Amino acid sequence: MAHFTTSSSFPYIVLLLLVPLLGSLAAVLLPKKHSETARWVGIGASVVTLGLVIAMTIAFQTTNGGYQFVSQHSWASELGISWISGIDGISLFMVGLTALITPIVLLGASEKKRTKSYVAWMLLLEFACIGSFVSMDLILFFLFFELTLIPSYFLIVGWGGPKRAAAATKFFIYTFAGSTVMLVGILYVAYQHHQQTNQLTFSLLDLMATRYSGVAGVLLLVAFTIGFAIKAPVFPFHTWSPDTYGEAAAGTSMMLAAILAKLGAYGMIRFDLSLFPHASSVVAPVMLTLATIGIIYGAIVACAQKDLKRLVAYSSLAQMGFIVLGTFALSEQSLTGAVFLMLSHGIITAAFFLLIGWIAQRRGTWQLDELKGLQGPAPILAALFTVVMLASIGLPGLAGFVGEYLILIGTFVTHQWWALVATFGVVFAAIYLLWAYQRSFQGKAEGANASVKDLTMAERAIVAPLILLIVLLGVFPKPFLDRITPSVDRTLNQITIVNCNPHLVCGSNLLGGHTGMGTQSEMGK
Amino acid sequence: MIQTAFLMPLFPLIGFVILAFAGRRLGERIAGILATSTVAMSFVFAVIVWVAMEGRAPSNREFTQTLFTWLPVGSLQVKVAFLIDPLSITMCLFVTFISAFIHLYSIGYMKGDRDTVKFFLYLNLFVASMLVLVMANNLVLTFVGWEGVGVCSYWLVSYYYDKESAISAGKKAFVYNRIGDVGLLLAMFLIFSKVGTLDYLSIFTKTSAFTPLVATLIGLALLLAATGKSAQIPLFNWLPGSMEGPTPVSALIHAATMVTAGVYLLCRMNPVLFLSPNAELIIAIIGALTAFVAATIATAQRDIKAVLAYSTISQIGYMVLAVGAGAYVAAIFLMIAHAFYKSLLFLAAGSVSHGLNGERDLGRMGALRKIMPWTSATFIVGWLAIAGVPPLSAFWSKGDVLDNVYRKYPYLWAIGLLTAFLTAYYMTRLYKLTFSGDARYKEVGPDGSPPLHPHESPWVMRIPLLVLAVGAATAGMLNLPFVHNFGLDEFLSPVFDATLYNAHESGSLLWLLAIIDSLVAIAGIVVTFFLWKGRSTYPLLERKFLLKEWYWDDMYDTVIGRPGTKLANFSATTVDVTVIDGAVNGIASGVVRTAKSMRKIQTGQIRQYALILAAGILALLVFVLTRVF
Repeated sequence: MAHFTTSSSFPYIVLLLLVPLLGSLAAVLLPKKHSETARWVGIGASVVTLGLVIAMTIAFQTTNGGYQFVSQHSWASELGISWISGIDGISLFMVGLTALITPIVLLGASEKKRTKSYVAWMLLLEFACIGSFVSMDLILFFLFFELTLIPSYFLIVGWGGPKRAAAATKFFIYTFAGSTVMLVGILYVAYQHHQQTNQLTFSLLDLMATRYSGVAGVLLLVAFTIGFAIKAPVFPFHTWSPDTYGEAAAGTSMMLAAILAKLGAYGMIRFDLSLFPHASSVVAPVMLTLATIGIIYGAIVACAQKDLKRLVAYSSLAQMGFIVLGTFALSEQSLTGAVFLMLSHGIITAAFFLLIGWIAQRRGTWQLDELKGLQGPAPILAALFTVVMLASIGLPGLAGFVGEYLILIGTFVTHQWWALVATFGVVFAAIYLLWAYQRSFQGKAEGANASVKDLTMAERAIVAPLILLIVLLGVFPKPFLDRITPSVDRTLNQITIVNCNPHLVCGSNLLGGHTGMGTQSEMGK
Repeated sequence: MIQTAFLMPLFPLIGFVILAFAGRRLGERIAGILATSTVAMSFVFAVIVWVAMEGRAPSNREFTQTLFTWLPVGSLQVKVAFLIDPLSITMCLFVTFISAFIHLYSIGYMKGDRDTVKFFLYLNLFVASMLVLVMANNLVLTFVGWEGVGVCSYWLVSYYYDKESAISAGKKAFVYNRIGDVGLLLAMFLIFSKVGTLDYLSIFTKTSAFTPLVATLIGLALLLAATGKSAQIPLFNWLPGSMEGPTPVSALIHAATMVTAGVYLLCRMNPVLFLSPNAELIIAIIGALTAFVAATIATAQRDIKAVLAYSTISQIGYMVLAVGAGAYVAAIFLMIAHAFYKSLLFLAAGSVSHGLNGERDLGRMGALRKIMPWTSATFIVGWLAIAGVPPLSAFWSKGDVLDNVYRKYPYLWAIGLLTAFLTAYYMTRLYKLTFSGDARYKEVGPDGSPPLHPHESPWVMRIPLLVLAVGAATAGMLNLPFVHNFGLDEFLSPVFDATLYNAHESGSLLWLLAIIDSLVAIAGIVVTFFLWKGRSTYPLLERKFLLKEWYWDDMYDTVIGRPGTKLANFSATTVDVTVIDGAVNGIASGVVRTAKSMRKIQTGQIRQYALILAAGILALLVFVLTRVF
């Protein structure tokens, strides 16, 4: 039953997946001595992917909150599994972020040793991430979500600091354990749907109509959320991340912090809110509390770090707290802000790790005790680091502010006490980042610090897109917000419907409207 | 011509961009001229807009200019739009005027410095941000300017980035401001949750939605914002440290413009403050206390810029007091007059240290009047003006504040008057120690440094001093109490009319209060000359308690700083590693123990698991692809 309902004449999504996958294969198959060729193959594949994403973003219909470019093929229909993928305003910029960061990693944070496999794993990771963001079938999503683990694991274990093997093991076991619980949840969701409709399916749009009793809904939500919370990470599931970000190579840390972390947050928005709208609002206070603790706790612990990469890891914990806060505050501004912050935090963190990687290349260390006064010998590096730092602090006019502000103001409307506490997080970000800047860039540079070379023209060109986006997203976020908001509205509408009609929680009226033809119309233009 | 308003911030912004990308190639001299002329152009357009506004009827002087939509999300629609009205144009006029002359002065002051281009780049960005702050038509855009000036202040305070004290002071300034920012953010959130908009004019038409409690909370949140930016109790102690920045920065940012932004914000939000007498009272108390405490600290400082820094805090205290008394016009009036005489005093102080090889210690000055005639003459104007000697500017502006406070809060009026005496005292002491008495610069310094050879500053620095001296002397004319159809009262009435506390004192009481003010000022000066005759130190009057700013900094360090550091270290080492990660590892090892019996069929090698998993998933995906295509 090869039945096509592709709403777009051009198969963007399939190509977005094929190009990195083929690039990865090509890198593997190249002879061993051609490592530089492999790198350029990787750069080529990832740049083509980026071009495709840009073309797709232009073709994306701004005011349409539904899925676009849907590609649907039946696959293991006897098992209810099908190939359904599509993109809406929430996933659009996640795919864009993935396509943007990968070429920058390969250009600016490549590895000299075993370049071939580094490139191959990177492209496979890009493939898996894009696949996760576009999947509209739960099993398909799970396969891609699990697949991200493999290249991540081999990237962490293959390149980086001396304790990387331990970090990789911890990362693997931790995240794998989380996703196993999720698999149980997925199977139970399909089982429930089968009980209610006598139809076996893993399609997200179909399963969205399934309703659960209060306890079952909450348990399922927890099962899904643990996997996502570990990946994000959300307090208290974060302890793998400082070790991993600290030990992994700069490029790996970029991919993990910028993209994989977003996969966790994305999962909460896409699956938690859509599949369990009622349970989401029940569990919201717990999630908001964990998020708020993460914001404050991450910032406090960041203040005590002596290692730049670990500092960024804890700073990310705080930022992920903001994203989760915006997600579960369930207001239009806060959820739009959460999606926007996922994008901007991805760019900011990638820029951080890229710059820290270059510092490490020059100085052989990223310990704050050993760095000092780099602003003197390397003013451009210092200036760019300052821009990234200020964006992370949330200075208006730069990318970080928009998401943080929308999250806080939206959260204040629905959950003012959590917003009140979280607002103090903005003070801490200034403390630990300015302190880190003072330790590493200010003061009198002596010894090895005094002879640090400033960024080369090539390096400036590599980081330029990130810096430009940090400014653009801060000054003119409208094109991005206009594309995110309609999809956010659709997600929230569903929650409103469920919660405004408590009698419908297990009812069938709602079901009728969301299955069959209703699904098709949602997919169309 | 009022439509040209957007050019005001645009010019210095363009200057910033040019200097950021091509500054080093342009060189120090061209960079200075470019930066100065962009700000001069802003002033020209401020005048053009003002003239155009004067041509309109007073009821028709509000003009909104929308550039583009910034944050559109559902009911929250934030635009980049400017509100041009009598209040914002008043701010623009004096900000651009003083900025232009301080830029000019900086060409001379910063000559030959390591990073002059960077200095002008920051200064231009500062002016652009300050103009955005005052011209914004909504609170969020005001916040953009608010943070913009804050970050410029951070850069400029830590301008000498290899000097530990400077970089710590810059960080301290930013963090203290950030604490205040929480207040502004919370005020915005509260307002948005009640009225669904953040545009000033829309908020003001919906103030009936605020209950007295909400109005009080908003007022206090705005006050917190103002205490951060405008260096008031309890967040005032970042400002003295900011004197580590080059002196033109102290004059422009930390005296004339940025630090008054908090007062501007409170004035702008007057229809909301008006709803809460409680908030107004607390604002007035904070203002009066700050004015007094900072003035006492200023009496004991031994650093020429420190005296002026505490003086600034004290003077802004008067402005906040005026706001609390509902005397918004008086607050703005004092703000303008203060901008003239305080930037004059700072630039004169800068001229002194410029001539003394950067020395700021009063112990190494004295008798500079003859060597620096221009500097000392202009300093004298500033000194007499701030002391409140009639008919110079502070006599009128400070008098206006005190007159308004007298009727509403008589106790606070008494504190204000006492502060006026202290002001005359510490300024006279500063004058005496710097310009008259013994020539202590001829002696070897306390750290064994050689004697200094003072000299007068070049013309490029003297011209701004002269211009500002004229302003400091005559700014009182902006709002003379006996002229009623011309002046700030009249001009600003469309903004404040509905909320102004207008205790029109009878003519005789006004005269009486003016005489009291004058007597206090003259008494302060005379007492100082008497007490400090033939002295260069006076341990009895320069107590350590005052020198150490009432131990305020030490108190914060003991109560917040050190416990905070301990908490952070404890969280990082014990909580995160032992408690949270320990729990995770505990669970993991529990699983391992129960799994030990199954160990024989498993290799225990994670790498192999990963590879098997990878192969499995890849096989599945390949299967998908073959089935589909």
